[in-house]
Amino acid sequence: MFSIFGIPAPLLFGQILLGLINGGFYALLSLGLAIIFGMLNIINFAHGALFMMGAFVAWMLLNYLGINYWFALLLSPLIIGVFGIVLEKAVISRLYKLDHLYGLLLTFGLALVIEGLFRNEFGSSGLPYQIPPILSGAVNLGFMFLPIYRGWVVVVAFVVCLATWLIIEKTRLGSTLRAATENPALVQAFGVNVPRLVSLTYAGGVALAAFAGVLAAPIYSVNPNMGSNFIITVFAVVVIGGMGSIIGSVLTGFGLGIVEGLTKVFYPQASDTVIFVVMVIVLLTRPAGLFGKTA
Amino acid sequence: MLEIQGLNAWYGESHVLHGIDFEVREGEVVTLLGRNGAGKTTTMKAIMGLVPRRAGNIRFRGAETIGLRPDLIARRGIALCPEERGIFATLNVTENLLLPPVIAPGGLDTETIYTLFPNLKERAASQGTKLSGGEQQMLAIARILRTGARLLLLDEPTEGLAPVIVQQIGRTIREIKKRGFTVLLVEQNFRFAATVADRHYVVEHGRVIDMIPNALLEANMAKLHDYLGV
Repeated sequence: MFSIFGIPAPLLFGQILLGLINGGFYALLSLGLAIIFGMLNIINFAHGALFMMGAFVAWMLLNYLGINYWFALLLSPLIIGVFGIVLEKAVISRLYKLDHLYGLLLTFGLALVIEGLFRNEFGSSGLPYQIPPILSGAVNLGFMFLPIYRGWVVVVAFVVCLATWLIIEKTRLGSTLRAATENPALVQAFGVNVPRLVSLTYAGGVALAAFAGVLAAPIYSVNPNMGSNFIITVFAVVVIGGMGSIIGSVLTGFGLGIVEGLTKVFYPQASDTVIFVVMVIVLLTRPAGLFGKTA
Repeated sequence: MLEIQGLNAWYGESHVLHGIDFEVREGEVVTLLGRNGAGKTTTMKAIMGLVPRRAGNIRFRGAETIGLRPDLIARRGIALCPEERGIFATLNVTENLLLPPVIAPGGLDTETIYTLFPNLKERAASQGTKLSGGEQQMLAIARILRTGARLLLLDEPTEGLAPVIVQQIGRTIREIKKRGFTVLLVEQNFRFAATVADRHYVVEHGRVIDMIPNALLEANMAKLHDYLGV
């Protein structure tokens, strides 16, 4: 087995793969956050809780109804999307005319309530979710063993991010969304039902989080804290990528996952903080983020 | 086609329109003339439902629209070309053009629009706000001709444009009138308005204070100078 910079190849590539997996989750979550922030001007702190709910819905579908992973990948985002619409209509929509801070406080409170309810019901030790049989096992790539499920997560996260980007940049729906982000009043005066578009955008953003939750369920144990473990890092990703930038959040998500993975190889002590160090450097040099536009 | 009676509008505590009355008949080009701050743009916004609070009657084709959301008003067949054009920076020219949804049959197709505005075809892939001021104005007018709306609200389409472009806008308005559209135009430049309009309403302090048919504009020039302070 060969080595690179004195590091055995399997270790190096293993950590890069781990970084890519985390990066996939960062990208899916920060993409949803970016879309929601762009359209609703809400910093959705409940995003981690909705990611966690996505995983729990998959677990419940399997254990209560016998519905497998593949259907859960479709159903869980749908269910959480509908829950998102209710949330947006019932509470979040009341905050649009207020400062960002109110939205942040409300969604932070919502996250605490949701996580508390799940902790109360399911405890915090975590519930197992099996990898679907077709994706279990590993392949030998010569320089490393690739667990199939992890490879699948990286690929599907990338494909979903790409598809979302294409919808936003290349379709009629996407151009309406971008226009409504820029000047919602005028878009509504053209005959577009903007309040409904806003609800659907929130639903779409949280559906991405739920999708990530289902993908995460077999990797991490399904537990009420799985969202809050991720969400702080994801916010750092959003800030580094540029608040509201779609392409920024995707590239930064994957990029920082790899940076984190490499740090684990070369200087493990810094692996938990490296993203925040990057955030500080980016904020000092490009306050609007790597892909953000200065106002 | 459009009848407005006792229209009042407020921005927060500030009462901007104090009972506007006027009407626009099918196929007409009608202008609202008046000084800065008289309430012309607010009248346009109030018709579209874009002011925070309004009261009075706005009847379009006989049906009341005062309680409707902006998107529902638009779907009745009214389209706005806003002050400062409202071109979207994140959209290219084609995307800007295709943004307003088609709400009824009878709008111009894209080919006809490109014949009327050849510049827009050449610049189809450019970012909307990279166009010149005149081209942006053409785009702002072009995109509402597609939708099938029959009443077009044009808010100061000549503002800040060179005289040659203003003439071009004048030709465009005469052309769309010929095609059967009805136009309500806000203008400060009454010399321009005189070349396109059938009638002029003079707005001052949030009220309509006079109506001058275009044929009598010359005869009323002294009065108009007085109203507009020019």
